[in-house]
Amino acid sequence: MDVMRLNDLPPREAALIRVIDWTALKAGEARRMRELGFDEGVRVETLHRGPMGMDPIACRVGRMTIALRRKTAAAVSVEPFPMAAE
Amino acid sequence: MNSAPLVALVGNPNAGKSALFNALTGARQKVGNYPGVTVERKSGRMALPDGRPIELVDLPGTYSLDPASPDEQVTRDVVVGKQEGERLPSALVVVLDATNLDNHLRFALQLIALGLPVVIALNMIDMAKRDGLTIDVAALSKALGVQVVETVAVRRLGMDELKTALATVVGDGTRTVRAGAPPEHDIVTLQRRARAIAVAATQEESLERRWTHRLDAVALHPVSGPILLAVILFVMFQAVFSWSEAPVGWIEAGFAWAQDAVRSVLPAGILRSLLVDGVIAGIGSVLVFLPLILILFLFILVLEASGYMVRAAFLMDRVMAGVGLSGRAFIPLLSSFACAIPGIMATRTIDDPKDRLTTILIAPLMTCSARLPVYAVIIGAFIPAREVGLGVGLQGLVLFGLYVTGIVAAMIAAFVIRRTIAKGESAGFMMEMPRYQMPVFRDVAIGLMQRAWIFLHRAGTLILLATVLLWALLSFPQSPTGRDQVRYSAAGRIASGLETIVRPIGFNHEIALAIIPAMAAREVAVSALATVYAIEGADEVQTERSLVGRLRGRWSLPTALAFLMWFVFAPQCLSTIAVIRRETNGWKWPLFSLAYLFGLAYLAAGFTFWAATALGL
Repeated sequence: MDVMRLNDLPPREAALIRVIDWTALKAGEARRMRELGFDEGVRVETLHRGPMGMDPIACRVGRMTIALRRKTAAAVSVEPFPMAAE
Repeated sequence: MNSAPLVALVGNPNAGKSALFNALTGARQKVGNYPGVTVERKSGRMALPDGRPIELVDLPGTYSLDPASPDEQVTRDVVVGKQEGERLPSALVVVLDATNLDNHLRFALQLIALGLPVVIALNMIDMAKRDGLTIDVAALSKALGVQVVETVAVRRLGMDELKTALATVVGDGTRTVRAGAPPEHDIVTLQRRARAIAVAATQEESLERRWTHRLDAVALHPVSGPILLAVILFVMFQAVFSWSEAPVGWIEAGFAWAQDAVRSVLPAGILRSLLVDGVIAGIGSVLVFLPLILILFLFILVLEASGYMVRAAFLMDRVMAGVGLSGRAFIPLLSSFACAIPGIMATRTIDDPKDRLTTILIAPLMTCSARLPVYAVIIGAFIPAREVGLGVGLQGLVLFGLYVTGIVAAMIAAFVIRRTIAKGESAGFMMEMPRYQMPVFRDVAIGLMQRAWIFLHRAGTLILLATVLLWALLSFPQSPTGRDQVRYSAAGRIASGLETIVRPIGFNHEIALAIIPAMAAREVAVSALATVYAIEGADEVQTERSLVGRLRGRWSLPTALAFLMWFVFAPQCLSTIAVIRRETNGWKWPLFSLAYLFGLAYLAAGFTFWAATALGL
């Protein structure tokens, strides 16, 4: 499967986190992301985009919904997996 | 010293911690502060099934023991026994959201590792069931090595079981089992362990949070989302004015009755003047705003409890990013429309220090409810009550303009501050979006009561003192007959000095006199003007009600407009300055706020006066 960045993942398409480039993030940001459950192998999905389809985006990570900016999401590489509509 | 064992309530934000705290302690709560920081310390009393009393303290919600904000710092320091002014807890109640177990368990593991006795409240278990989750409590308890109790705090379910479990672990409060630095654990390792435990204990049928997703499809929609937010804000401000009309009338009538009653009982003289012109007129002119403040806080509390506030932050993030802030700053700024003090205190949740400082510095520019009395009196006196078309009144339009001026000024100030004194890269925006929840009446009512109490306390102490002091300075020394009492009095002489500074921006002697005590609180300007004109025209009976008429004859329109603009900017609130000092740990930023806001106020009032005069208004 193709690996893409989380900010490019089309809405409502489920994916698995492959790699997170922690070095591309500021220390506080990286720590907050870990606390909110971002980790390799976790299931993610983009749910919403900000006003006018711009920043920020809302993603489901595990069972939580997290709002974050696209620039931050770009550090997360994901691999979409085909799945019947839930 | 309190002898009842101390139990601390700890958990992630959005785990339902405050609801659990309210359910366990009822209204028997004390709200205070931790020394040195403005983090609120909420504590309450509860009894165990065997009758032993417990002091329960509600710690700020946090995601880990690695603090990012002052709030989280307090939580960490309390649970490791390092917080000044707090004992090491005898036990912890760790609150977990049952629907978010994989994430919340990680923090629970960190807390259990501290070695204090722990009971886990597996909260929102009803929501988990509705989401199709089945949690094996026995397996969870075994994996964690502590007791786990299912609870639904908002419906007070599981409270007895929780108290029973707590009774088995809490000692007599004389000594606590252990304390020390938390063992170093890497978050990712703990997170993975937590996920493994959660997966083993949970059976899930679906991943959907149906209601939350349906509501978010509208509330976060790129087009309908911002429209809905605008509508909610519009309804909120509309309600503040229309719902408060009747109760404000009752309060006014009540104080007028009290003035008449005192007049009929006491003979004319110093004491009667003190009570009628000083105490009752002063307190009354401030207390009439209690309904407005409560309605505004009602909306803010409901928006917070329902989970919508985070959505508003999501929608506003793009706009706030334009001036170098994040959506997180929107929540404190919205609270600042009620009062800058809780607004500035709410910035504690912003982890980036520069974002936080900028938000603190611009919060006083949001039109707080204390400005409303000033605006209402001046607009009532000088702006004709005519329509400008489409059912929009000119008076309302001017009021709206004053709000907008404050917001625009705040955005420009943030833009400048973020590029000069708080320079630095944007800290980004990351927030958990909790599920929507029906706000619980009890929790909202307790929050409102606490706000009302803070306001009444302020009116009864600071504002009362300022009004009585002003009355005394205005009444003494007594002028010889034929001389103007106000100019002859001590306050009048002080004001004459200030008048030379504010005369260029169109302010007269009475304004100079009113803005001095208004340093205590903005709304004092109204009671001060009322007192000044009451003492000046001592034979007239009504003070408050005829203030509008008296102003009309004495002020020019350019002066009135300049006075309004002054109050958009001027930092006339000692409590706000005090809170900025506490929040920033020093005098540098409160003094900076005073300087830049007074500077802006002088310039804005000046330009308004000069422009209005040039236009021949």
